[in-house]
Amino acid sequence: MQALTALVEQALAEVGGCTDLGALDATRVRWLGKKGALTEQLKSLGGLAAAERPAAGARINEAKARLQAAIEARREQLGREEIERALAAGRIDVTLPGRGEMRGGLHPVTKARLRIEALFRAAGFEVATGPEIEDDFHNFEALNFPPNHPARAMHDTFYFPGGKLLRTHTSPVQIRAMLERGAPIAIIAPGRVYRCDSDMTHSPMFHQVEGLKVDEGVSFANLKAILHGFLQAFFERDLAMRLRPSFFPFTEPSAEVDMSCVFCDGRGCRTCKYTGWLEIAGCGMVHPNVLTASGIDAERFSGYAFGAGIDRLAMLRYGVSDLRLFFESDLRFLEQFRTL
Amino acid sequence: MKVSYAWLREWIEMPWDGALLGQRLTMAGIELESIEAVAPEFLDVRVAEILSAEKHPNAEKLRVCRVACGAGEPLQIVCGAPNARAGLKSALAVIGARLAGGLTIKAAKLRGVESAGMLCSARELGLAEDSQGILELPADAPAGVALATYLQLDDVVLDFNVTPNRGDALSILGIAREVAALSGKSVTGPAPRPVSAAHGDTLPVHLEAPAACPRFAGCVLRGIDNRVLTPIWISERLRRAGVRSISPVVDVTNYVMLELGQPMHAYDRAKLEGGIQVRFARDGESVRLLDARTVQVGSDVLLICDAAGPVGLAGIMGGERTAVSRETRDIFLEVAYFSPEVIIGRALRWGLATDASQRFERGVDPGGQERAVARAVQLIQSIAGGEAGPVIVTESERHRPQRPPVRLRRSRLSQLLGAQFDDARVEATLAGLGMGVEPLPGGWHVTAPSYRFDIAIEADLIEEVARIVGYEAIGEDDARGPERVRAQPESEPAEHAVLEVLAMRGYQEAVSYAFVDPGLQQQLFPDAAALALANPIASDLSVMRVSLWPGLLKAALENQRRQRERIRLFEHGARFEWRDGTTHEIDTLAGLACGPRWPEQWGVSAAMREPADFFDVKGDLQALFAALSPTASWRYEPQTRPCLHPGRSARLMRGDQPVGWLGALHPSLVRALEFVHAPILFELDWAALALDRPRYQEISRQPQVRRDIAFVVDEAVPLSRLLERVSLAASSLLRDLRVFDIYQGRGIEPGRKSIALGLIFQDFSRTLTDDDVARLVAAVVADLRESFNASIRE
Repeated sequence: MQALTALVEQALAEVGGCTDLGALDATRVRWLGKKGALTEQLKSLGGLAAAERPAAGARINEAKARLQAAIEARREQLGREEIERALAAGRIDVTLPGRGEMRGGLHPVTKARLRIEALFRAAGFEVATGPEIEDDFHNFEALNFPPNHPARAMHDTFYFPGGKLLRTHTSPVQIRAMLERGAPIAIIAPGRVYRCDSDMTHSPMFHQVEGLKVDEGVSFANLKAILHGFLQAFFERDLAMRLRPSFFPFTEPSAEVDMSCVFCDGRGCRTCKYTGWLEIAGCGMVHPNVLTASGIDAERFSGYAFGAGIDRLAMLRYGVSDLRLFFESDLRFLEQFRTL
Repeated sequence: MKVSYAWLREWIEMPWDGALLGQRLTMAGIELESIEAVAPEFLDVRVAEILSAEKHPNAEKLRVCRVACGAGEPLQIVCGAPNARAGLKSALAVIGARLAGGLTIKAAKLRGVESAGMLCSARELGLAEDSQGILELPADAPAGVALATYLQLDDVVLDFNVTPNRGDALSILGIAREVAALSGKSVTGPAPRPVSAAHGDTLPVHLEAPAACPRFAGCVLRGIDNRVLTPIWISERLRRAGVRSISPVVDVTNYVMLELGQPMHAYDRAKLEGGIQVRFARDGESVRLLDARTVQVGSDVLLICDAAGPVGLAGIMGGERTAVSRETRDIFLEVAYFSPEVIIGRALRWGLATDASQRFERGVDPGGQERAVARAVQLIQSIAGGEAGPVIVTESERHRPQRPPVRLRRSRLSQLLGAQFDDARVEATLAGLGMGVEPLPGGWHVTAPSYRFDIAIEADLIEEVARIVGYEAIGEDDARGPERVRAQPESEPAEHAVLEVLAMRGYQEAVSYAFVDPGLQQQLFPDAAALALANPIASDLSVMRVSLWPGLLKAALENQRRQRERIRLFEHGARFEWRDGTTHEIDTLAGLACGPRWPEQWGVSAAMREPADFFDVKGDLQALFAALSPTASWRYEPQTRPCLHPGRSARLMRGDQPVGWLGALHPSLVRALEFVHAPILFELDWAALALDRPRYQEISRQPQVRRDIAFVVDEAVPLSRLLERVSLAASSLLRDLRVFDIYQGRGIEPGRKSIALGLIFQDFSRTLTDDDVARLVAAVVADLRESFNASIRE
């Protein structure tokens, strides 16, 4: 018995001396494994008298249990120490930059265009497109521009030999959409347009969005509501809008659309030239000649149309002061707009 | 159109100041562009009379003048102007006066002689850009009166932008009519007496093209003196309208045009031969114009001719041969109506946009000729004397523009505007615009005045009511539409989602011009037929792009010049092809990568700092394609085009359709364009980016078994063909196939390459045994040995 007690003491001392999980496991095998010292003790029970066996067996099992508990406790402690050492050794500088590719981004005009499309889609409009190389019929004639009319001269058209031209506005998409789908119709048509003009505030290529709605009973009051709603939603602010009578061959009545300056709320600043207003779009009720040229009964149906410069909307929205920056592909500029 | 507020006030009792007038007209469709004072402010400048002008004792070019300036003793003024002479009325700035630009007049001594002020030129007063000598005022100018009062300089000029449909508003009278319609006041203005003929001299006028010129009023004035000075009140008003003073006769024709909107022309009577004929030009005819240019005219150009040939382009500009000069004694005044159709577009052919053509092509009042002649004769006689002959109006009544009544329905008015108006208000508004209004059941018959060319249909009348009542009087009305779900094909991916894939791979979207440099495009695409613009804005923006690459390469070069080493760009837009005699616009997505694989950063392997190559961009495209299709439906066929590296380019195929290109820029172009790193380019037809709807594939619950094998084959064997064979030979139990190494070099014969494949097998119904897998692998090995003479690398 003395021997068993001494063995357990020795085993416990060895467990206490283990400094890593590997040594602890080796110690466990040495004492409690198939050929371990305590296991051997159990095997030796056979040599005892039958009457002594139960008591001796119980003592040995008790000793085993004690040792097992000590090993478990040590294992837990060593595990904790190991993690603490790993933690101490594994500190990183979390302020170092992350690894891999950096995100690019979309062009600010594309961002503005996609936003406009989403707003009008939600209002029940569909997005339509048309060719950029147009013919005289769709760009002018069907839009009620008489030949040689001074209004044509205002358009500074790019021509191709043979008479085709680069569309000067997105309005020809109106004609194509009406000829194709008839009435009722509600579309917007964003896209690139071209005018033979280039300076501080004009680019020979720029972007417009056209809107068209034709149905029974469509009114000027509806036009005012959709435009005002759009401007408030696009700029996410309560702003005033006013319509000024103007002239476009394809609408009657026609209007220029002004909104209160988004930089000074109409108080007057450099951007609005101290008028408090920014000219933002043209609009009107579709001219009966245009409806007729597009195969729509101008007595039964009426409609409104509007056109706005996407580049200008983007400039105002993102605070871009020079139109030409949009077309210079300067990464220092473009990368400023890489948010979703 | 520049309008002097003071001049306008002569035509209507004005209820508004200049700023409010500008605002009211702007909101009625005549947009104010600017408003400016007619002269800079000056203080203490007075009308003065030079009593005497003596030579300066010590200076050749100076004079010592005694100048009377109202009450008080005459002042001694030293003046250098050659026109300073006794009896002249001019402008005197007395001591303490302030001139334009802030100059203050002080007592001075000039070459020893005291001067108590300064006699001023028009330029010094800010009344002209340039002038010779001191200001010359009429003899009846009252000395002592402030010059600003005498010249009515307390005035503003409003510059209006008149839309092309409103030719009737291009005059003081026209603006006054608008003010009348808006304010309810009446147009007054000078009413000239009819011309009383003092002699019987007339010129016969023959209208050969009466549809083009249905009315022509003529009048001969004899014995005028065109050498006199135009009165300052006329030259001042011309100046405020932006018109230069030339001679009394020309000044009066311009004055009446500005006032009444009726252009007119004066001929030197002595230089006209025979009668006047208004006819279209004959082939090969030419006219020598007032500005000394000779222009060739086509047969659609209307001419004014005498017996000796053309004397002017009708409605545009007179000819040199019969021009009025200072010496002219007798004149013939032409006051005609020309149809807009025969004027429109003609003047621009010779780069002429005259005040006359601008008005005629928009429409001049066909009923206004008599009044204009009378006004002009009266003014010329008051300035230059002379005796008028009878006013002869030659006309073709039948060809006069008609103004048939237009029906306006009450219901249409309220429907189109979405607002209700009282009948009385509608009637008063239209009548205020000079329209005849006759009630009908359900509406009105409205007849536009002769000077309005833009009232042809009901919508035109609706606009008139709306703009005079004010657009702000119409409310906002949300439309109620049917609630209807619209079709949205899932096969068309949202544009932003596609663009976002490239953005997430590091590409930045650019927008470049659709017209490009023909030189660069030719360098890249020597075989492509490009569409050239007839009127490009610049020679390097003169052909339509056949690819988005020229624009992207140019953008990349510009960024490289701005010291960018790493560039990733893409663009979505149309490219233009000329095929089969017609234009094709192809919606295109293209991109470019140039410079290091990854942005500069810490802790990455040297390989990631290498310039991007074909496979980096291919990886980007694979990410894009994976976003569009769950299966590998895109293929890369080894093909090339002249601008690409022949060994590093591929035709992109979706199914059997060619849909784009991927490749490295040709080394000779890399060098010619001076790229630091060879750009890798791709271009895809947008239409090919259709989305394949995912379909659920059953997932096996059985374990997978993987076998890795390295095959050695000829280096010319494309991987894609090898993989095809493996897939076929390995049967449907092959779940996945991975390429984990490609090797050439030590241990591999020259001309051969080692391809290491991971084959992953799996069945749906049972666990595959080692024997099963060994059989499958043996089949693959046998097939590759047969197909590619492949050996296994141990």
